[in-house]
Amino acid sequence: MQASDIAASGPAAMKPRLEAASPRYGEKITIALLAACAAISVITTTAIVISLLVPSVEFFGDVPIKDFLFGTDWGPTFTPPTFGVLPIVVGTLSITLWSLVFAIPIGIASALYLSEYASRRVRRIVKPVLEVLAGVPTVAFGFFALVFITPQIQKFWPGFLGDEPGIFSALAGGLAIGLLIVPIIATVSEDAMSAVPNGLREGAYALGATKSKVAARVVLPAALSGVVAGIILAASRAIGETMVVLLAAGNTPNLTLNPTEPIQAMTAFIATTATGDIATGSITYKTVFAVAMLLFVMTLLMNVLSIRIVRRYREVYE
Amino acid sequence: MSELTEERFRERAEAPGNDAGDGTSAAAGGSISVQPDEFHHARDIGELEKVFELESLSVSYAGVPAVKEVSMDIYKNEVTALIGPSGCGKSTLIRCLNRMNDLVPTAEVTGRLLYHGEDLYGPKVDPVQVRKLIGMVFQKPNPFPKSIYENVAFGPRILGMKGDMDEIVEKALRGAALWDEVKDRLDSNAFGMSGGQQQRLCIARCIAVEPDVILMDEPCSALDPISTGKIEDLMMELKREFSIVIVTHNMQQAARVSDRTAFLMVELDATEQNRWGRIVEYDATEKIFTNPGDPRTEDYVSGKVG
Ligand SMILES: Nc1ncnc2c1ncn2[C@@H]1O[C@H](COP(=O)(O)OP(=O)(O)OP(=O)(O)O)[C@@H](O)[C@H]1O
Ligand SMILES: [Mg+2]
Repeated sequence: MQASDIAASGPAAMKPRLEAASPRYGEKITIALLAACAAISVITTTAIVISLLVPSVEFFGDVPIKDFLFGTDWGPTFTPPTFGVLPIVVGTLSITLWSLVFAIPIGIASALYLSEYASRRVRRIVKPVLEVLAGVPTVAFGFFALVFITPQIQKFWPGFLGDEPGIFSALAGGLAIGLLIVPIIATVSEDAMSAVPNGLREGAYALGATKSKVAARVVLPAALSGVVAGIILAASRAIGETMVVLLAAGNTPNLTLNPTEPIQAMTAFIATTATGDIATGSITYKTVFAVAMLLFVMTLLMNVLSIRIVRRYREVYE
Repeated sequence: MSELTEERFRERAEAPGNDAGDGTSAAAGGSISVQPDEFHHARDIGELEKVFELESLSVSYAGVPAVKEVSMDIYKNEVTALIGPSGCGKSTLIRCLNRMNDLVPTAEVTGRLLYHGEDLYGPKVDPVQVRKLIGMVFQKPNPFPKSIYENVAFGPRILGMKGDMDEIVEKALRGAALWDEVKDRLDSNAFGMSGGQQQRLCIARCIAVEPDVILMDEPCSALDPISTGKIEDLMMELKREFSIVIVTHNMQQAARVSDRTAFLMVELDATEQNRWGRIVEYDATEKIFTNPGDPRTEDYVSGKVG
């Protein structure tokens, strides 16, 4: 029936229309708009890098890069000024270190609990709460550190550890930032752990493994690169954190890893120095840019590392 | 009821009265490549020790029945096959045998399941202890993302088994007919192996903890015929030492490897809304494939339905 229909109508009768019915301008405009939006972030990043780069290069015309990176005396606003950035780099790293010491175990433990032990209902409630915690304004954490964490540390300070910390300390700042980054480590790690194929868990259970053995010996190692990526993300966040360090750790350049002493972090220096009355083109002005540039490079390195690890993590189960 | 302890199980599993069973099994497993039409002559059940006794065992998920009223005995040093169409509850049933279903919160088991005479679902029974004795190999090879060596050593390590780990690993890999292929690359990642090698690694991992029973849920369904043949040959070796329960969709495989076969089918209720699996026939494999007692079995094994 059908075959004869086609044969009867013949090739001449069924010339199909293959051109588009309209030029579809709407489609082209949509693509252009989307591309423009995507370009904004790329352009902004590039602009930031260039705007950092120009004064930084000028700065290194005045101060040798070696004196900057390896000098141990930081006083760019003093007379005579000193430009050894090490004290504030160490300040930043010390804060980051203490926050990670606190946040890594708690973050991983929370992730393991959520992914391996918590009922679906608990997980559905706790995960969004964690995500909200990650969005609390950091100034609130700073204030919390000042009025709660520091007094508690002072109250419970065991004498054998030496002098108790003062009103500002790297430890108080580290703990407060630790609180801030626990949710990052926990949520990223939990995602990685949930992505571990159930077959691996079953394989271990079938050998007589207990739940905690499965969590510690199978899930955690299999999710390790994802966990590490979460830690690096959290570390970048800690490095860039400003309000909390200012409020909890102080603003005193101090080349020390002793957590009981006040320190100055790179971000704190930038925030307190780059005020309205700073003279454009002055050496102080350029110093701010040089420190910002260094901070940018540090976080960039962390992020590149993080992307590398995440990429490796994707290949694990192939 | 006495406590279900590992020692107790081992004692029973290794009781001297079972020697007769070993002798006959060696005879049955004598020719390693079994031709499709050559059946293992299942021994008279009177002389066999029962590993599992299922008495009217039913499983439901969230109140919906998946298998109903399964009663069958599974014997020591035999390969017992479960066959039947998709969804008839073969996986559900086999996962009851090592309490793997405990991991599914909605699963509920009723009826009785005895393991060497002890109630496997008794109040004092620890599922972790059960799984040490009753290992499992899954449909999809699931090696850990670790080295070949670490995969095999995993079980002995978590169970704190004593002895030289290198020896334990070598013995298990030899037992799984994998040693010669991997002995030079024990430190390389298990994911670099072929699917068939991965599955034999999973078998090695399982036998490294010296279980009493090995459960296999469609162990060859993801494998090519050559790898499948290797695993079938392996099963003939393994049943001298272990009791094996295998789920398979492959009729020839069931006919080649098993001593006894249970055929399950999906049953519908009057409204045709609810469906569950039920055992149709359970007998010596030779009988199931050559002279089944139920016409539905005949239709299924001859490929007319399913
Ligand atoms: N975790 C679960 N939750 C709810 N229902 C389940 C679950 N696992 C299996 N079922 C149901 O139980 C029934 C039997 O499933 P089962 O996987 O045991 O069948 P099967 O015989 O192994 O099938 P196949 O041959 O396809 O593997 C099916 O109706 C299935 O939908
Ligand atoms: Mg199945």
